[in-house]
Amino acid sequence: MPTAPPPVIRVSHLGKRYGAHAVVQDVSFALAAGETLVLLGPSGCGKTTLLKMLNRLVEPDSGTVEINNGNVLAQRPETLRRGIGYVIQQVGLLPHYTVAENVAVVPRLLGHAPAAIRARTAALLTRLHLPPERYAGQYPHQLSGGQQQRVGLARALAADPPIVLLDEPFGALDPLTRASIRREFRELDELRRKTVVLVTHDVTEAFELADRILLLDAGRVQQLGTPRELLFRPANDFVRRFFAAERLALQLRTLTLGDVFSVEKFAAEQDKETAGAPAASVALGSTVFNAQTTVHEALESLTGAEPSPSPRCTVAELMAAFGAALQREEDAWKR
Amino acid sequence: METLTALFAFWREQAGKLGEQTLQHIGLTAASLLLAVLLGVPLGLLLSRRPRWAPAVLGLAGVLQTVPSIALLGFLIPLLGIGPKPAIFALFLYSLLPIIRNTLAGVRGVAPAVVEAARGLGLTDGQVLRRVELPLALPVLMAGIRTATVINVGVATLAAYVAAGGLGEFIFGGIALNNPVMILAGALPAAGLALAFDALLGGVQRLSTRRLEQVGAALLVALPLLGGLYLLPRAAGKLLAGFSPEFVGRADGLPGLTRAYGLAHLPSVVLAPALVYEAARHADVDVIDGYSTDGRIRAYGLRVLRDDRRVFPPYYAVPVVRPALLRAHPELSAVLAQLDGQISDSAMTDLNYRADYLHQDPKAIAEAFLRRRGLWRDPRPAAAGAPVVRLGSKIFAEQYILAELYAALIRGNTALAVQTKTGLGGTTICFEALRSGAIDMYPEYTGTGLLVLLQPRPAVVDSLGGRPAAVLGYVRAQFRRRYGLEWLAPLGFNNTYALLMRQQQARRLGIVSVSDLGGYLRRQ
Repeated sequence: MPTAPPPVIRVSHLGKRYGAHAVVQDVSFALAAGETLVLLGPSGCGKTTLLKMLNRLVEPDSGTVEINNGNVLAQRPETLRRGIGYVIQQVGLLPHYTVAENVAVVPRLLGHAPAAIRARTAALLTRLHLPPERYAGQYPHQLSGGQQQRVGLARALAADPPIVLLDEPFGALDPLTRASIRREFRELDELRRKTVVLVTHDVTEAFELADRILLLDAGRVQQLGTPRELLFRPANDFVRRFFAAERLALQLRTLTLGDVFSVEKFAAEQDKETAGAPAASVALGSTVFNAQTTVHEALESLTGAEPSPSPRCTVAELMAAFGAALQREEDAWKR
Repeated sequence: METLTALFAFWREQAGKLGEQTLQHIGLTAASLLLAVLLGVPLGLLLSRRPRWAPAVLGLAGVLQTVPSIALLGFLIPLLGIGPKPAIFALFLYSLLPIIRNTLAGVRGVAPAVVEAARGLGLTDGQVLRRVELPLALPVLMAGIRTATVINVGVATLAAYVAAGGLGEFIFGGIALNNPVMILAGALPAAGLALAFDALLGGVQRLSTRRLEQVGAALLVALPLLGGLYLLPRAAGKLLAGFSPEFVGRADGLPGLTRAYGLAHLPSVVLAPALVYEAARHADVDVIDGYSTDGRIRAYGLRVLRDDRRVFPPYYAVPVVRPALLRAHPELSAVLAQLDGQISDSAMTDLNYRADYLHQDPKAIAEAFLRRRGLWRDPRPAAAGAPVVRLGSKIFAEQYILAELYAALIRGNTALAVQTKTGLGGTTICFEALRSGAIDMYPEYTGTGLLVLLQPRPAVVDSLGGRPAAVLGYVRAQFRRRYGLEWLAPLGFNNTYALLMRQQQARRLGIVSVSDLGGYLRRQ
């Protein structure tokens, strides 16, 4: 067993109070490189304050934040922040800077070469579906909300920081735009490699994006774990109640085909290709799914536009397996 | 239409002066604005960081704004003297509020999200201020500068009151002379300047933030240059004259003087009549206009330059009486005649000095004077029902003293009762009171009788040539013929316009007469 790599972010016993009101109390966690942590909780639970303590926009009253094994207090706050991407709900693009200039803010602060900055900006804008030849020279007020948030994201990624902090980045967008940007976000190669901390109060969003979720209430950690752990192994009543309304939808999104189907369902030929690894694909009706596909995605695909020879049968089969899996999880938890 | 023609004629005639005053006006505005921007913008930025101080600072600036401009100048004169300093300082104080307030409002108006994002990206506080807050506050800040500019162009007309120049010189001259054309000659360019600046800065305000940054920088360069305009006309000349607006405008004032003595090289400023003497006393200016018997001549150690070419018309003081009074009481003629030729210029200056500066009672001054001259008689108890002689006077110390002198003489030498009606306002009121019989007598000046009351054609005035005897003869004959009033004999002093210098300086430069002054100026 190789030793686990040192955590990129380590937060220990962090606390912050405003007057008599304790906003964050004794929060600790550690994040490995490439991990995405979602800070989740109701409004006023302290998740934004917690996020801002990571890049010292808010200074903690107690506890420490270490990034790459160094206390953040050892650095000047500006230097620290230039190495951490930051995106907020209201975007906060500089209204007197063009799109390209907004994206170039941090690389310029870091003294990158102008040619390199131009190339990087163009590449990022292209990847975020904002063709630079059209958008680079525009001002923020000429863009839609979704476009502005994409520029905000490009700005945070421009200097290729290893860590990105996002404070309700999709909160101000309409549901359709939000869903599409979230998908882009998830599929963005840039972000996959980064350690991400994201604040949201949207449960679905949290489940969709998180490797792990830190659920907060009144400044205290209620539970820290994978989405599946929070859903199927709630640590306390608050956690349970918090997901109650959307439980089924979350379960559909959380359980994968690999979870609901027994091993014999897996196609044997796939096993050979990924020797030693767990079974990788499942055949449902005429379609072969990856084992990591969620039940939700499989359902959408099966009931989608393309009529398959016997869809009803396989949907029923899927739902039955799903129900059985749920039962197994419940039983496991009760023991 | 006539006014318009007269206005253009005036401008043509005074084109040099108009240009100079306009430059001074712009200079005053720019210099004070520069100071206000240099202090107000940093102060506004500081307040945006320390919001708790904002109410106190804005309140103070607001109070300064409410002080009437004339009063503010009045407060500043003891501290800063007269000249450009108090004017620029007052204008600076007036522009402070709009600039501080708009800087603060501009910074506060920047969306908090933008500032938070900028800090989150790693901009230092200084970079947030310079690159984000200040540029985004510029449109509002410019609006403040625009407001301040328009206020300043208006208030700068008052600078003429404290010898700081500007377009107010024409305006105040026009007011003093009741000359609407002259008022317009200064007021229209001032209004034009205000509108032009307003339009210019209004246009600037609408520019994009990026352009605004450039314009703001250009403004910081332009303001000192414009402020420098103000200093140009002052660079030359060793002696500086300070004149009251009326003197500058009147034909028998500065224009006549300049023509007769060739005082072309005398740079001059205009200032409030009340400040002229103070300015000379504190050496803010060197040559001033004044009245030859003013008490301040003695109090401040000034010298009257002899009018050797008789440019200023004679203003000899003479009692004017209703002839009926002398017919009814023939003994009065001899009594009144006791003062004939008794009071010289310096004697009258001394009496005025006692009244104006030692604050002695005119009655006591009159008694002391008569005692010194051996003319004093204790007043006789007036018999009941004795006829009353009513003496009038205009509303200033010299006339009060003269009235008291005559009252004391009449009480001491006759059995008549005396009633003094002092403080009858100006010339016209005294004159009408005498004509209607409300008073029997008051002291008048020959020049005033000629130019204000009789107002003969210019040809007649020229023919008299400013000779004292000729003028007295003319007014005496005309008053007798037209109004049936009698001018008696002159008291001796001539209370006319005069050029004054500080004793010490005049002695050092060897200047005794106005001709000497002209000669000195030509040699320089």
